[in-house]
Amino acid sequence: MLRGKAFKFGDDISTDLIVPGRLAHLRSNLPELAKHVLEDADPKFASKVKPGDFVVAGKNFGLGSSREHAPLVIKMAGVSAVLAKSAARIFFRNAINQGLPVLICDTDKISDGDELEVDLGAGVIKDLTNGAVLTSGRIPEVMLRILESGGLIPYVQRYGDIKL
Amino acid sequence: MGSTLAEKILSRNSGSAVRAGDIAVVPVDLAFVQDTTGPLTVRQFQASGLKRLANPKRTVLFLDHAAPSPRSEHSNDHLLMRRFAEEQGCLIFDVGDGVCHQIVAERLANPGEVIVGADSHSVTAGALGAFATGMGSTDVAIAMGLGKTWLRVPETMRILTTGKFPTGVFVKDLILHLIGKIGADGATYKSLEFGGDVVDGMGMPDRLTIANMAVEAGAKVGLFPSDRITESFLKKHGRGDKYIPLQPDQGATCETTIEVDVSKLEPTVSRPHTVDNVALARELKGTKIQQVFIGTCTNGRIEDLEVAAAILKGKERNSRTRLLIAPASRQVYLDAIEKGYIQTLVKAGALILPPGCAACLGLHQGILADGESCLSTANRNFKGRMGNTQSFIYLASPATAAASALAGEIVDPREVM
Ligand code: SF4
Repeated sequence: MLRGKAFKFGDDISTDLIVPGRLAHLRSNLPELAKHVLEDADPKFASKVKPGDFVVAGKNFGLGSSREHAPLVIKMAGVSAVLAKSAARIFFRNAINQGLPVLICDTDKISDGDELEVDLGAGVIKDLTNGAVLTSGRIPEVMLRILESGGLIPYVQRYGDIKL
Repeated sequence: MGSTLAEKILSRNSGSAVRAGDIAVVPVDLAFVQDTTGPLTVRQFQASGLKRLANPKRTVLFLDHAAPSPRSEHSNDHLLMRRFAEEQGCLIFDVGDGVCHQIVAERLANPGEVIVGADSHSVTAGALGAFATGMGSTDVAIAMGLGKTWLRVPETMRILTTGKFPTGVFVKDLILHLIGKIGADGATYKSLEFGGDVVDGMGMPDRLTIANMAVEAGAKVGLFPSDRITESFLKKHGRGDKYIPLQPDQGATCETTIEVDVSKLEPTVSRPHTVDNVALARELKGTKIQQVFIGTCTNGRIEDLEVAAAILKGKERNSRTRLLIAPASRQVYLDAIEKGYIQTLVKAGALILPPGCAACLGLHQGILADGESCLSTANRNFKGRMGNTQSFIYLASPATAAASALAGEIVDPREVM
């Protein structure tokens, strides 16, 4: 069971807003890059977020570039899961490959600062502040196994192959 | 029951008949990375414990995004990638060779193949009838090591094109119009498959421009049939033997079909800060532009420079508007020199940037000042994309871009053509 605070973002948060191209020179210096996570969407986010908290967004979260550094720095900031109305395809896959869960649910029911409790296995999200209970859709079996392994690299180390 | 192009290619490659919604494990025919995703790919490959590339001759590293390197951090990333290429014996295209997607189209992609690239615009090769899609660094690292990947077979959104393009209206206007219509997430997870009379007669450069932008509607692939146009393109580039015909079946199940009559289109522009925020060029008349950028994997081909040169010939850019031009590849650059376009463009006041991504992604070469606007032929206008969150990016065709460089403001190119 995951528990933490919701940091609310709007629709169409692009990978440029999560890790801008102008900081591409920091991509081989991840601890430094992580200090700028979501900076162009909310300059204070990096200093406010605590381990276990959630990024809660509107539709099409993570659209744009294929840069895996986007979910990577969100995870490095201690975020335990991303909740969004929908997520861009490459971001979604990258997040799972980094072992960062993404739950698709009706995030309109969640306000900034709400306390959330998330049961990943059951796909159930409880907003402890307003009492709302949300459910998220299922993800393919192979993705569940990658997530359980902690990401694609540990998955391949464990299974030695891609198994359906 | 008939198959869509996506179902056909993935069935062919996975060795079993798959349908939309199925998960397939497929051999990867070509895997590539570029210099902002490549260093992480190299590190993930090393961390995975896989020692050798499954197929070094079909694994490619591109140094194109920070080319040439503007700072030591990028130089060190380049060094890491060059060393990896040497150690593994894979292909590498170095600084000055051009944008990865252009080189993949010119030299590497073939119809019916599965191609994965650690760059979202890897969809570009869908123009050649390849199932080409963008992934992240780790997915591509594993594809490079195992020689395969897993894919969910996408549902298909079919785009049926009819009519004839009016003068001054180009395929860039068509794709911007389409994204405006379906939205930046209108095709998320789907295969966008293009067909109809217009597509049947459409040259490969135009197909590449459209496929390139499929991802801006969220699509997993943007697929074109493989036909006589594909065949002649492959022949021209010395790999006619790689041609196979590919067409979707008549009775294929498409989730949606959208018809576009191109005769009704007008020069179209995406306004800041999303690609689907479209308007007609004439509606934006008077919008001052401090920089025009012609280039990128979307519109940096010889045909694009030809259009720009025709409009700018014998004229001069507006003195308040900088004009940056980056040929998409070394080959495009050479062709443009040979045809005299470079001379025309430089005389018109253009600055020619090295073949590569150049000003597209805001890490060097053409970063905007606070409050400035750029009209670009690229594919993406997100806030901060060109290096400054306080600036504004408009997207348009090379014709609209060239005409606007003359006017110093956004204009309908038909005014000067
Ligand atoms: S030209 Fe722009 S969109 Fe194309 S690969 Fe380079 S950075 Fe990406």
